[in-house]
Amino acid sequence: MDNQLYLSSSPHIHSGETTDKVMRLVIYALLPATLVSIYFFGLPALGVLLICTLGCVAFEALSCNLMKREQTIADGSAALTGILLALNLPPSSPWWISLLGAAIAILIGKQVYGGLGYNPFNPALVARVVLLISFPVQMTTWTAPAPLGSGVDAVTAATPLGEIKTAVMLTGKLPELATSGFGDYFLGNMAGSLGEVSALALLLGGLFLLYKKIISWHTPLSFIGTVIVVSGIFWLVDPAKYPNPLFHLITGGLILGAFFMATDMVSSPVTYKGMLIFGFGCGLLTVLIRLFGGYPEGVSFAILLMNAATPLIDRYCRPKIYGQVEQKA
Amino acid sequence: MSLKTFAGGLHPPDSKSATAHKPIEACPLPEELIIPAAQHIGAPADICVAVGDQVKKGQVIATAKGFVSVPIHASTSGEVIAVEPRPHPLGRPLPAVVIKPDGEDAWDEALEQHDPAQLVGEELKQLVLAAGIVGMGGATFPAHVKLSPPEEKPIDTLILNGVECEPFLTADHRLMLEESTRVIDGINILRKILGIERAVIGIEANKPDAIEKMTAECAPHNIEVQALEVKYPQGAEKQLIDAVTGRQVPSGGLPMDCGVVVQNVGTAAAISDAVRLGRPLVERVATVTGPGIKEPKNLKIVIGTPLSHMVEFCGGLEGEPGKIIMGGPMMGQTQLSLEVPAIRGTSGLLLFRKGDFSTRPAGPCIRCGRCISVCPIHLQPTTIATYARLNLVDEAESNNALDCIECGCCTYICPATLPLVQSIRHIKGGIMAKRRKS
Amino acid sequence: MLTAILCLGGIGLIAAATLGVAAKKFAVEVDPREAAVLEALPGANCGACGEPGCSGYAKGVADGRLAPNLCTPGGSATIEAIAAILGIEAVAAEPRVAVVLCQGDNEKATEKYRYLGMADCNAAQKLADGPKTCPGGCLGLGSCAAACPFDAIEMTASGLAVINRDKCTGCEKCVSVCPRQVIVMAPKASTTHVLCNSRDKGAQVRKYCQVGCIGCNICKKTVPEAYQIESFLARVEYEQDENAAAAIEKCPMKCIHDFSTGYPEGSRLGSKKAASGENAAA
Repeated sequence: MDNQLYLSSSPHIHSGETTDKVMRLVIYALLPATLVSIYFFGLPALGVLLICTLGCVAFEALSCNLMKREQTIADGSAALTGILLALNLPPSSPWWISLLGAAIAILIGKQVYGGLGYNPFNPALVARVVLLISFPVQMTTWTAPAPLGSGVDAVTAATPLGEIKTAVMLTGKLPELATSGFGDYFLGNMAGSLGEVSALALLLGGLFLLYKKIISWHTPLSFIGTVIVVSGIFWLVDPAKYPNPLFHLITGGLILGAFFMATDMVSSPVTYKGMLIFGFGCGLLTVLIRLFGGYPEGVSFAILLMNAATPLIDRYCRPKIYGQVEQKA
Repeated sequence: MSLKTFAGGLHPPDSKSATAHKPIEACPLPEELIIPAAQHIGAPADICVAVGDQVKKGQVIATAKGFVSVPIHASTSGEVIAVEPRPHPLGRPLPAVVIKPDGEDAWDEALEQHDPAQLVGEELKQLVLAAGIVGMGGATFPAHVKLSPPEEKPIDTLILNGVECEPFLTADHRLMLEESTRVIDGINILRKILGIERAVIGIEANKPDAIEKMTAECAPHNIEVQALEVKYPQGAEKQLIDAVTGRQVPSGGLPMDCGVVVQNVGTAAAISDAVRLGRPLVERVATVTGPGIKEPKNLKIVIGTPLSHMVEFCGGLEGEPGKIIMGGPMMGQTQLSLEVPAIRGTSGLLLFRKGDFSTRPAGPCIRCGRCISVCPIHLQPTTIATYARLNLVDEAESNNALDCIECGCCTYICPATLPLVQSIRHIKGGIMAKRRKS
Repeated sequence: MLTAILCLGGIGLIAAATLGVAAKKFAVEVDPREAAVLEALPGANCGACGEPGCSGYAKGVADGRLAPNLCTPGGSATIEAIAAILGIEAVAAEPRVAVVLCQGDNEKATEKYRYLGMADCNAAQKLADGPKTCPGGCLGLGSCAAACPFDAIEMTASGLAVINRDKCTGCEKCVSVCPRQVIVMAPKASTTHVLCNSRDKGAQVRKYCQVGCIGCNICKKTVPEAYQIESFLARVEYEQDENAAAAIEKCPMKCIHDFSTGYPEGSRLGSKKAASGENAAA
């Protein structure tokens, strides 16, 4: 008769915090932002969310099947990638953009590298950037918010960041919107990607993750802090040409990026020191791209570029081990 | 008083409430005692009795072999009924002396009582060796070896480990409460052997009663009591030294390399008996606990008592056992059966039912970095474990795998439930094998 | 237009001249035979020859330091090629393959405990000498398969290592990594093996394995010259095993197997392919 006792190497207890629980909590943290986006952009937003999420899960299942890997959809990472992707797309994206995005995120962004844990770049951002470069028209057609029940039809509009970029290019001066309407921006009443709009909802989610210790404060703080400081310096130099730091903070994808994208564990550094450097790099690149780059928004590019630097950062941020300092040769 | 601690570590639920308030109970003698020859780190002792011999309690039944070794003693009086391989906590049958108690529990008359004040350090050390004293926190390193630092390594501080950071275990806690006199006497003897004045008892802040009692009783002896933050692995030797003295043991070195000797409070109590009463180490306090046991208790057991006997005395099993763990849940060893005996390093017996522990298969590392942030040695456990999986010995070595103290923090926290400690332990074996070869 | 042609052409000329000079100036003297030998080797860097990799062996052979017939993976073809390059005679060693002497998978053999942890046989062996009750049985965690440079070891669904005799080159990597010495090297021509590694008494073996050798001597009685029994374990005498297969039907535990009739039950390698080219008769 087989013995029913288990033997294993120590330790014999576990924190209970597993990969799927981590993923699930991040999904919960994104709920406020997804609900706000559905409120402001209505059914099209819901459609984008559903297609991206289901698409990612389906592609994950498919590729695991094809590559004869263990089925991994239950860990929730594919669903999370799908939600993050949706939050990075304009609400008016046609269905095929969402589906293609899901395929790129899972197949090219993740599975070709070996699946969860091995992808060097954030899969959702890979998909967003590929789509942005390949389909600039669809990816930069934004709609003004038309809150549920308001009876307003969706009309095409520009994002605040897009508008100031155009205005500064044409006139060399900031338009009026760069200095007013902050309350609306904060709540999410502006044009933009699904998840870029409501700083409030994203902050709620981010704070939840910090409270639950799923993410540490290092990356978001250094990312956002750097953006505020660097954009603040430009603003002080020429307030007529450069928007103030608060504008940078609550328009565009900074909060989403800082709390949910740059903190993606797989593609960011593993040490606290590394996270601070990573966040600083993201912040600096974001401001530079926003102010001087060809695109109005730079969060995605900044994070992807820093993803590429992650192995290097990890290499230089190896912790100093106990007892090594005093070693005498 | 501010609480001292180290960098890294974590806070597993301490699960001590089942036994923390329970006085130590003496566990009655079993039908037969199984006393293995290998009960300490180092060479197993040479068995020097044969079947049919009558032995007295405290009589030597196996002699020390080499410097890093200690003698083994009969833990009660009776007849040797077998000298053969028996199940051992290491997981395979190993040579043991089986004694059938005669019920008298009579001490060997040859054992001499001593007054520590009349003896010099070297004589005291010989008594410690003769009594077979080993580190009773679980590592079972022969005590006399730690007390013999070479001259070029001066010692200035003796640290007594009363931390007991392992969840579930309360044996040292109870010992400090109930047997503080023996502990303090042992500390005084240790100071005399080492020829030093400074002695510090480190106790985790979750034992306020023990801190209070020890502080009060230690004051006249000029022994410091240091309350420490509740954090695992606060009781690991290197972390304890860091917390108490702010010094770090050099990588690859021993506590004596930074002027410190660490002994468990249980070891101190045993040293007191060894000198004053001449009694060798034949009994100890162990916590029998866990959700798989009916009545968790702190027991005083004689060495060689089968685990099944301890379980029986604690009301029997609660449900079907899934894991039998000798020691605590973070660093204890799983056992094949309850037939193995408790030995000198057995600080506890922990029983889990199925479902009380995780059987989740390991997933891929998601690079969350938690193992790095909790590692008390500041290693990168996931990196070393990856090298271990691929059997890359040199890479693991250059990532300081040998510095790992196997405390289990990384595995405890890993969301992918990777067996990080086991992998590191595995590759440490590989590194040592390579070093032996070259 | 003309400028462009001149520019590009000029760059090309200068680069070519530089490269030419560099090639002459920094040329490394290589024994041409060494390169030729390296070319002839399989390039798996398996270490079967005792050198860290193929280039080391090629150098050793060209220097005359190493014998030309040490490359087991390459087989006779490689040895002939090396001999031709060096202009010497070399005799190919008899091809050998590894055999896993165990059929006790999860379904046929018991475990003394359930193992949780790292999927590595050596790590499991450290916990109470491994979960399998039989002290010699295959642990089935695949350390040999992971170590095999030729992808020649299959782990069956029920946890047993099976060696693909067509892919196995005899490099012995698996033999050195197995903690239970259950893999042995045997002449490829010998296809009949006693697939058991337990030296326990028969009564004990029966308790933990349905297909373990109990040392009953029946095989030796049937074909005396082909079998020897030691420590309650039958072994095929590979020197005189022409008729060894005759005992297969007689074995009460069904632990003798002839690989020329296919791979053991449970292997995906199947029985068709198994004839393994050269069998005893050929």
